[in-house]
Amino acid sequence: MEIIKINKKDWNGGLAKSRKAYRLYGPIRVADKYFSEFGALAEDEVPDMSATDTRLSPKSIAFPPSEVMLEYTLDENSEDCNIMKVPEKEYPHRAIIGIRPYDAAAYLLVKKNFDTSEVRDPYWCDAYDACTFIGLAVQEPSLLDFSTSTNSGPFDESGLDVLLVDAGDSYLAKVITDKGKAYLKAAGWGKEAGKDAAGKIEALKKKAEAKIQSSVSFDNIRQKSVMELFEADFWEDTAFACMNCGTCTYVCPTCWCFDIQDETHGKKGVRLKVWDSCMYPLFTLHTTGHNPRDAKVQRVRQRFMHKLKYFMDKYEDGIMCVGCGRCIRSCPVNIDIRNVCQLMNG
Amino acid sequence: MENPYLPYPVRIDDIEIATEDKSLKTFKFVFINKEDEEKFAYKAGQFAELSIPGKGEIPIGIASSPVEKGFVTFTVNRAGLVTTHLHNMKKGDVMGIRGPLGNWYPWDLLAGKNILIVGGGFAFTTLRSSIIYMLDPENRSRFGTIDVVYGARTPGMLLYKDELIEWEKRDDINMHLTIDSPAEGWAYNVGFTPPVTEEKAPKGDENTYAIVCGPPVMIKFTLPVLEKLGYTHDHIIMSLENRMKCGFGMCGRCGIGKELVCKDGPVFTLDQINQTPREY
Ligand SMILES: Cc1cc2nc3c(=O)[nH]c(=O)nc-3n(C[C@H](O)[C@H](O)[C@H](O)COP(=O)(O)OP(=O)(O)OC[C@H]3O[C@@H](n4cnc5c(N)ncnc54)[C@H](O)[C@@H]3O)c2cc1C
Ligand code: SF4
Ligand code: SF4
Ligand code: FES
Repeated sequence: MEIIKINKKDWNGGLAKSRKAYRLYGPIRVADKYFSEFGALAEDEVPDMSATDTRLSPKSIAFPPSEVMLEYTLDENSEDCNIMKVPEKEYPHRAIIGIRPYDAAAYLLVKKNFDTSEVRDPYWCDAYDACTFIGLAVQEPSLLDFSTSTNSGPFDESGLDVLLVDAGDSYLAKVITDKGKAYLKAAGWGKEAGKDAAGKIEALKKKAEAKIQSSVSFDNIRQKSVMELFEADFWEDTAFACMNCGTCTYVCPTCWCFDIQDETHGKKGVRLKVWDSCMYPLFTLHTTGHNPRDAKVQRVRQRFMHKLKYFMDKYEDGIMCVGCGRCIRSCPVNIDIRNVCQLMNG
Repeated sequence: MENPYLPYPVRIDDIEIATEDKSLKTFKFVFINKEDEEKFAYKAGQFAELSIPGKGEIPIGIASSPVEKGFVTFTVNRAGLVTTHLHNMKKGDVMGIRGPLGNWYPWDLLAGKNILIVGGGFAFTTLRSSIIYMLDPENRSRFGTIDVVYGARTPGMLLYKDELIEWEKRDDINMHLTIDSPAEGWAYNVGFTPPVTEEKAPKGDENTYAIVCGPPVMIKFTLPVLEKLGYTHDHIIMSLENRMKCGFGMCGRCGIGKELVCKDGPVFTLDQINQTPREY
């Protein structure tokens, strides 16, 4: 495995050079706030590499909160009146700098939904394909991080093209894919890190993993039947304090549910794909007034059952959670997925 | 792969009032681009998203049959925003159709079998599609007996009445039409669908399958009747409805457990439904 050493003195220069071929994204400190968010970096802006987890996950790079899918005209003088069109879209190469390894791993879980053998969501897939993920290993995990127990972890390479490890005055850049290699080349970083680099990364990884104190287990959930878990007696208590605000679903890197809405201005309009949440009663309301998930407890149960049981059964995989801890941090009433997972695992 | 969100442009070729209270209309569409009709090749039991720019999209069962060529039809109940707008549209208007979507009645499995169809109210659309398909001269010999129990409040609320009367006259399909209470000139059954089913439907056995579509209360009282007649849960086939958006398994809205009604359904056996949360 190739490892490149990037002297931090060459960091900003390399980023600038790479801009010729890539649009850069990274954590940006929000003015006057204690947190950062992922976004497109301005011409001379550099990513905030000291940022802790961004408040919202970086899923919006391929799945914007609101995205134009189609456009139409209602102008009767136009021959395209009432005929939906796909707008011209460009997907230039994007480098996602400083993404957390578990946030990149979340992309692989979401990919199972948007990129299937039968049908492909062109908006998500084209944006994803244009991305090169230059991840930054987490060396000081947050108290809420439980990523090591979700098949991911602070140094997880599965979703990345390059893994950067902070080694003081330099980054050790582990090249994972050809895409990653191409980015490093475009940035002009090519100095081999030397023989001891791999060992060093391994040691830092062990150290970081050891700092993670919380975990979940879900082995028993796999064995239990859907109906047994669905009818379990802990859902009322679990949901009791929930306000159905939807925050947990918006901050989550693996939540992908969306709505489709038309928006008309004058005679022109667009059909949009917009974030939605299973926490809202409107999500499932039938026109007849009947609502299969009318009660709060049904909606809370849906969120956890989807993440921790349905996903696992459907894809014969792990859980639909990478353990970033965002939903725990942002929930106004301290509902904690780790506790719910424990209840379900029994 | 094509963009699955992009509807095919269609033109409304005909609009027919389908029930006496005018709450349902049948829309006949033709594809503006001829080649789209081939891409829309469908099977009886599937649905499509009818798309009206500026209003939205609605999932509607395909009422025409794969053996009918040159057009597609849908029978739509006026309910909310999009359906009301559609009811106000005119012949010649242009809109979109996206599909076909979802699975279909299991025609391979049903080959060689006796078929019982139980329908109620306006949930008869994909059942019509199925009957036309089975009665087609090319297909009729591939099925055993065909029994149809179809009920509505009044004669005028039965969909596709001309066809129902035609089928009554044939000897290769047993029709059991019923209305809730007696009406002048009505020559068929009177009473709710479940008791008529109990009285008229063939007994269930290994070679007989029941397809049931109707309002929740009809389903509720029909299932015990079918059980009594000897239909096992894997021989009872139903079509579910949930609120939908994408219609092909991506927006996450229509789930019942790990199944998505739009993609893994809408057709399920009762056996399958029993293993999922009843969130429909
Ligand atoms: C597989 C399937 C087949 C159907 N077949 C028929 C049919 O043949 N004939 C018929 O009249 N009706 C059918 N329906 C019901 C029909 O889809 C709803 O009545 C319709 O969506 C109501 O739309 P609206 O805009 O008038 O109502 P509004 O309440 O204004 O709905 C707004 C939006 O919500 C969504 N929505 C609301 N309720 C439903 C619902 N029950 N199902 C799906 N989406 C919903 C739609 O996206 C709609 O655009 C079917 C539903 C499903 C799921
Ligand atoms: S963030 Fe907390 S209160 Fe808000 S919907 Fe999620 S679990 Fe409920
Ligand atoms: S469920 Fe919570 S902890 Fe898990 S990935 Fe989503 S936000 Fe992170
Ligand atoms: S309607 Fe979108 S997943 Fe079923």
